[in-house]
Amino acid sequence: MTETIADLVACEDVLTFVNAAITGTGQREFHHGAYEQSLSLGFLHEYMQVNYRELYAATLALDINDHNAALIVRGLLTTARDAGEAQRRLEGRLVARRLETLPPQRVYRLFRALRRDGVNNRRTRAIMRDWLRARPDLAFDAVKYRSALKDAVRHAHLDPRALVPNAPGHVRDEIGCLLYGATGRPFTTPIFETWRQAHYAQEAVYKLPFTVAEGFAAAHGIPRKRFLERAEKSMTRLERLRLQGHAGQNKTTIDIDLATVSLTRLTTYVLSLPLDERSRRRGELTGALRAAARRAAGPEAGRWGRVAAVLDDSFSTVGSAEKRRRPLAVALGGHFLLEALAGEYVPLWTSGRADPLLLYPFGPTPLGTRVLDALDTAPDRLVIISDGFDNAPSGLATEVLRVWRTRLDPGRRVSITHLNPVFDAGDFDVRRLAPTVPTAGIRDAEDLLTLVELARFAEGRVGLPELRAHLDTRVAAFLDPAKPRPAKPVSEAEPVSEAENQIGEATAKTEAS
Amino acid sequence: MNTDLPPDPNGDTAPWSGPGWVRRAGLVTMPAQTWNSIRLVPLVRETPIPGLRLDRRVYDEPSIVDVGDGAHYFSYIPHAFVARWEDDGDGMTASYGTRLLDRDDKGIGPAGMPIRVRRRMARRLAGDRLRFLPLHLAVEGYLALHFGGPQIAWEEWSKRAVTSGLSPREEQTYLGAFVGGLADALRLFEMHPGQCGALVYVADALASAFVVPHPDDYRALHATLIEDLFGELVYQYGRLWLPVSELAEPIDETAVGSLADLRAEAERRMADWADFHDELMAEEVFDQAGRHELVQRMRDVRLYRFLPSFTPGRPNHIGEQITVGKGAGQRLAYLKTFRLSETQIRRGHLLTKLAAHDWRFADTAASLGIDQGALALRIQRAGFGYLLRQDVLDHYRAAARSRGRSRR
Repeated sequence: MTETIADLVACEDVLTFVNAAITGTGQREFHHGAYEQSLSLGFLHEYMQVNYRELYAATLALDINDHNAALIVRGLLTTARDAGEAQRRLEGRLVARRLETLPPQRVYRLFRALRRDGVNNRRTRAIMRDWLRARPDLAFDAVKYRSALKDAVRHAHLDPRALVPNAPGHVRDEIGCLLYGATGRPFTTPIFETWRQAHYAQEAVYKLPFTVAEGFAAAHGIPRKRFLERAEKSMTRLERLRLQGHAGQNKTTIDIDLATVSLTRLTTYVLSLPLDERSRRRGELTGALRAAARRAAGPEAGRWGRVAAVLDDSFSTVGSAEKRRRPLAVALGGHFLLEALAGEYVPLWTSGRADPLLLYPFGPTPLGTRVLDALDTAPDRLVIISDGFDNAPSGLATEVLRVWRTRLDPGRRVSITHLNPVFDAGDFDVRRLAPTVPTAGIRDAEDLLTLVELARFAEGRVGLPELRAHLDTRVAAFLDPAKPRPAKPVSEAEPVSEAENQIGEATAKTEAS
Repeated sequence: MNTDLPPDPNGDTAPWSGPGWVRRAGLVTMPAQTWNSIRLVPLVRETPIPGLRLDRRVYDEPSIVDVGDGAHYFSYIPHAFVARWEDDGDGMTASYGTRLLDRDDKGIGPAGMPIRVRRRMARRLAGDRLRFLPLHLAVEGYLALHFGGPQIAWEEWSKRAVTSGLSPREEQTYLGAFVGGLADALRLFEMHPGQCGALVYVADALASAFVVPHPDDYRALHATLIEDLFGELVYQYGRLWLPVSELAEPIDETAVGSLADLRAEAERRMADWADFHDELMAEEVFDQAGRHELVQRMRDVRLYRFLPSFTPGRPNHIGEQITVGKGAGQRLAYLKTFRLSETQIRRGHLLTKLAAHDWRFADTAASLGIDQGALALRIQRAGFGYLLRQDVLDHYRAAARSRGRSRR
């Protein structure tokens, strides 16, 4: 098959979109505001949906972030009539499968968005019904996401009794009363009864899921310190991690087992600590970071040969109020992961600092000089993790990489990959360093492994047929999770967070009942 | 010559006018950072200047801190800095003209100008951020400071210039916040270690130069560049939204045979940029034909104000500088410039001419090649109408009107 210009364009568009969908969250970044980000992302979604609907739906099978997954589902359901019969069926399966892997709060938010948009076609209602029916414990959801569940039930004209066909009789009888706010009569279902009591008694508050308890605590005027001490048991793991700093301000402690946290969340947590505390807990934190990196590296550990990394810790990695130090956290995670993967490893931070535990965003970004330093060590692989704003001097990295590729290493002896954690709203893509070096968006440091492999595969020119074939295998593996996924050795980004939530909720539930 | 004029340049003045002043002043140009039409060029010192720091009260600390190493220690307060000094009760005061302060001046505020603000505004100012005088006061007052003005009308003139600006106000000045992209460029700017200054270019026109003696001072004052004043030209350039291009040349790949060559080429590229910037882009800050006026001296620390030559049609920068040391060891410790707008240049030109001819009307008119009536109208248009007696001015206006009529 001969490739047409249209194919090339399509291919480029899809890769651009995938990069955007991995990194972009519509939140404010260092260089661009939230409005620009969501405008730019919104344009990409609409463009893809209108021009390459099949490919757009197929990206649901890739490791795109939850925000974009929800946007794609919303877009597909809103314009269902544009798709043919077969396509519609495939989309339905993709959407249903993706909703299974999304955290429940995001799905409920999506349902509310569909309600706001007035999307109420038969397929949407069926998808909502099936997802709610598949929830492991809808009684728990009815308390934790009460108003969101109520909105979904109302919007899709669902009978709450029919959503819990296998639950005990009292749950089926009472779930409707709970949604429509009957707090007078006692419930038989324990969690409903706790919720009812929490309206009147402080003691019952602590048995509820943490977010719900927070609301009741405010209503009862319970001081934050006392509340945190007692409600600690009912937190999910992510809530525990998130509230660490907050607990410090309130002079209490919340126990957290760092060994169970994923790499990027851990680095974000470490970077949120004051420098003194980091150096005091050096052994513990380094141990936890190394362990998390080893877990993420899996069987590949130690098999990458000589690796050099250029890691960005310039002032721009401070991110924004919404994504605080996210780019630095990704680079730090990348540092520990590469350390685990490499046989011989040379990390080069742009600021020239050598202690990864005591990093903070500082100084300009001399990427060009650092790339030169890295190439000096004669590595097998060079990984650059940076937002691509090379400014000391600007454009030197591009020049160095260009001359390196054309004059010094035309045979591509050294494999160079640029991973970019920031979606550049102005360019509708992650910012690239040089045309000869593949750039991929990265959301979690754990994905580095897959992304570097993919980028390697994409280093030559990918044709549309290959891309379609790749997407088809990914879609097939995604829809049939029993088979192992071929292209992705470690697939734990979203499933882990989902599993974490489930575990957290399960503990909260046992406490509550 | 009138005695009010600043003294002529002598051996005492700064040695770094002309191309390459950046290097001679002990500063190193680092690679520029750009954002849309703004180019910020960081200036770095290898060692900070000892013995001179931003006044501690600018950091909202109660008194001047003794550094404790026995070194004699001076401080400075930048022009137009607004603060609450100990001795003037509730009012806010703007420092008027940069001042040097000795360690012993603890309780003494600088020669200031009380600002009467309405309650709401005062409350808004009450945050702990560094503040500077708003809008036109800074530059207009600045012009007033630089010219002695005619002895007779000086009182009246300076009062008017300071409180209400010069009227009629023909040109507008713009706060840095209104210059397109400047706020973003300053926010996104990644400060270099040891950075003691920056040059602000808007669409590659030099808008202002700013140098301080110590990196900590720069960190404290960086954000205040947004409160600087800019003329019409800079504002319009800011509206262009044209991303400025990379000025360094691409690396010549035919000259590269090894990694060492590539590094050498990369270093040459950086050095070329610094040379280009120092020789060409930053050259216009100090006007060879301009004047320096020594304002204050404490041991070997000297505060100067400088004026351009007021040549219409070329960039003219007005500013203040502090130098430390003598002779060959002299270093530039503080520099702050404003780019004058075209109208301000013309106004300055007129004042220079008047002053050069001892404020004698006939001589000035002759030197400009116009008659006295035209000069009077020109003075009035420039906003100095009140320098002339009303009946004199009316006479010339009537003459001009009747001439216009007879021509018709």
